[in-house]
Amino acid sequence: MLKVAGLHTEYTNELKQAVRAARDVSFEVPEGEFFTLLGPSGCGKTTTLRSIAGLERPRAGEIGVDDAVYFSSQKNIFVQPNRRGFGMVFQSYAIWPHMNVFGNTAFPLQVGKRRYSRDEIDQKVTRVLKAVQLDQFRDREATKLSGGQQQRLALARALVMEPKLLLLDEPLSNLDAKLRDAMRFELKRLQRELRITTVYVTHDQSEALALSHKIAVMNEGRIQQIGTPREIYDRPINKFVADFVGTTNFIEGTVDAKGAGENAYVVQTEIGPIQSIAVDELRVGDRVVLSIRLEDLELSEHKPERVNVLRGTVHQKVFLGDNLEFQVKIGERVLQARVHPSLRTPVGEPIWAWVQPEKSVVVRADR
Amino acid sequence: MSENASTLAGAAQAPEKKARLRIDTQWIVIGLCVAVTVYVAVVPLGFLLWQSFFTPRTASKAAEFTFDNYGTAYGSAETLHLLWSSLKFAIGAALFSFVLGTGLAWMNERTNTPFKSLFFALSIIPLVVPGILFTVAWILLASPKIGVINLMLMGVLGLEKAPFDIYTLGGMIWVDGLHYSPMAFLLMTAAFRAMDPSLEESATMSGANLFQVFWRVTLKLTWPAIFATILILFVRAIESFEVPALLGLPVGIQVFTSSIYQAVHRYPSQIGLASAYGVTLLLICTLGIYLVSRLSSRGSKYATMTGKGFRPRQIDLGPWRWVAAAVFIVYFLFIVAAPFAILLWSSLQKFYSVPSLQALQNLTLDPYRFILSYPNILRSVWNSVLLAFTCATVIMLVTSVICWLVVKTKLPGRWLLDNLASLPMVFPGLVLGLSIMIFYLYVDVGVYGTLWILFIAYVTRFLPYGMRYNTASMLQIHKELEESAAMSGASWWTTFYRIVLPLLKPGLVAGWIYIMIVSIRELSSSILLYSPGSELVSIVIWELWENGQYVELSALGVLFILMLFVLVMLAQYVGRKFGIKD
Repeated sequence: MLKVAGLHTEYTNELKQAVRAARDVSFEVPEGEFFTLLGPSGCGKTTTLRSIAGLERPRAGEIGVDDAVYFSSQKNIFVQPNRRGFGMVFQSYAIWPHMNVFGNTAFPLQVGKRRYSRDEIDQKVTRVLKAVQLDQFRDREATKLSGGQQQRLALARALVMEPKLLLLDEPLSNLDAKLRDAMRFELKRLQRELRITTVYVTHDQSEALALSHKIAVMNEGRIQQIGTPREIYDRPINKFVADFVGTTNFIEGTVDAKGAGENAYVVQTEIGPIQSIAVDELRVGDRVVLSIRLEDLELSEHKPERVNVLRGTVHQKVFLGDNLEFQVKIGERVLQARVHPSLRTPVGEPIWAWVQPEKSVVVRADR
Repeated sequence: MSENASTLAGAAQAPEKKARLRIDTQWIVIGLCVAVTVYVAVVPLGFLLWQSFFTPRTASKAAEFTFDNYGTAYGSAETLHLLWSSLKFAIGAALFSFVLGTGLAWMNERTNTPFKSLFFALSIIPLVVPGILFTVAWILLASPKIGVINLMLMGVLGLEKAPFDIYTLGGMIWVDGLHYSPMAFLLMTAAFRAMDPSLEESATMSGANLFQVFWRVTLKLTWPAIFATILILFVRAIESFEVPALLGLPVGIQVFTSSIYQAVHRYPSQIGLASAYGVTLLLICTLGIYLVSRLSSRGSKYATMTGKGFRPRQIDLGPWRWVAAAVFIVYFLFIVAAPFAILLWSSLQKFYSVPSLQALQNLTLDPYRFILSYPNILRSVWNSVLLAFTCATVIMLVTSVICWLVVKTKLPGRWLLDNLASLPMVFPGLVLGLSIMIFYLYVDVGVYGTLWILFIAYVTRFLPYGMRYNTASMLQIHKELEESAAMSGASWWTTFYRIVLPLLKPGLVAGWIYIMIVSIRELSSSILLYSPGSELVSIVIWELWENGQYVELSALGVLFILMLFVLVMLAQYVGRKFGIKD
């Protein structure tokens, strides 16, 4: 449905230098899906979103929805943002303080090209306010709403004109932690119910993992990897993705031999050989990096009957309530592990660590 | 008192004897600053009110209590007329400069008009040019007899009569509004910048077009700022002296300021009547300033939470952007290039003559020679610089202490202090000059007729500016920075001198420079207070105008503008060095 191809953007900063924000960004979002652009600040995700919205004019590339082209540098097409008919929620919500809840929500229906009768506007606004559970506040001043309510109002305003595409720019980042969790569910429910195609921008990996059908991880203007939340988490393609999404241990090594099964290899590392899995084909002798997630490094006081078993000592531990983080010293290397709080091995005692071969992932070292 | 002192001293709980000594220096400094503030703020106001109820004192008769001044002032239909023409002038000038300034600010902030960054830098220049010079320049440009624009248009279009007459209410509004449009431009630019651009962007995403966004969101949201700006411009216009004096008086268009000036300069001078007019003007200004402060405190309702400051989207004007650029250029021509050019031309003539090829052959530097050998010229330059320098320094230091008391302590009555220090804002320059003149005429402490009286007037008049600059930067100094100095064992004075003042430096320097500039071009207070020996540059210009020495005036004007310009450049250099933006 939404198709972005070869997007390049540039802007001039305060020092009048041209800064390249997005470089060769391409992706497609099928009808009804929730697509997330995930990355650290300055990675070009917001610029990409604003280019789709039309608030920014890219240098090159093409943006289209179904058969309609909204931007094409080749054909010199640029549709003004107010003619695109996309709904957008801004990070600051951008609720107009001089209008009440009804006024804010009805605005898109009042200014658009299509004219609506008073009754139609009333009906549509009522319906959308009900959907975001603000119907009892329709005459309240917008600034008197709480943060979460303003958030929902912004969503209602974006949805009221039944847009083909919903664009969300870090909408949850201004909420406190508890409210953020609640709104996450709310947002997911709404999107799944309305089946509205959505592009979401965030720097918060847990939001991305929780909400999306597909995630594009971006860094320095480029898309690093596109995949489902599971693919991104379990099979990160490079060091950046593995590090940005979740927390992980990196272990450098060289490919020693082909292992049992497809793309399975034995990698020789400073803490011994580890049976691992790779996304790409590798050759014996390649320098590689292994990524082992904290929760995938399992610990035990007794030697388990498994592969990839390493012997070490407890270096330090931190109690976090619902889990316990261990630092295990294996040879000269310290690895981190996240385990159930019931493990009570004292600091300095020996401990066994192991990882399943399919949880030790070979990632590309280049970013 | 000592209880307050120990709270003020913060955590300094040193042995009893030592603490006593520290508190003493602290109270000397604080007490002195408070005394200065209260004195300069309260005395002129009180005296003005008192004086407006008395008859003139003459050699034969002592002053008597009377309501006659108000009777004369409000009894006649003439006063109603005066009020009406004052309001027409002030409202006209305020609206004209507002519309002009807002349009330019919007083009500059929100569109892709070419050369706009250059324009922003240039927009400050007109504020540097003194009002009297700007007015004189426009007389030379658009007076019906000698105005260059009129003569040119008559020549080109073959007109019988001059198309423009600067000596009208319309002409006064044009000159005054044009001169202060940069002020509107700067205020509205700040308002547009303070607004979260996503408020406009979300309207665009809702399908609103350029006009709908501007009308329904931008204007509505900046409404408090708009109203405040118009009020400030109105107050400024109603206390404007130069334009009504130079353009209005010759043709009998009177406003309050010019009437006050005339009442004082009549013989015998009618100070009571002038005071009655002054009180009226003061009331109008007070109401205006009060409304502005009400607005800005209520404006917080509109202060929405803002997200990360993303670059606001610039509206692509398409081919219209060249039209916008042309508007900028024409504006710049009217406000800087043409006035300066005509002054420069006039300063190179023996007798003023309209620019022509023939006159071009008579170029001479005589006016400059005349000015440089003008009696008292060196003294007046020295006086101007000395006054500007000392009063900027004193104001910034005194207000830094006052601001500290207001912002950082829980001193009871600190709001009163804040309001007192800001009180002179409501004084039109001429009214302030009047009340200070009266006070020191009656209370003979030997300052009347010296530079001291001008110094007092300037400190009073510009005190609020010092407050504004210092408050802004004082608010940014975290309380803990001082507390940690106290914990390190520093006394109040050491903390203030070593921690607070250095941290205030950007605001101090910016305010100091601003006060320097406004004092050097000050005319409306000085005009009632100067006397032989205490002339200032702006007064010399005024005298030259009264004598009809236009070419000499132009020469002095050109030199004066260049000097101010150098000062501004210097200020910007210093500002950059101390890391101040803009």
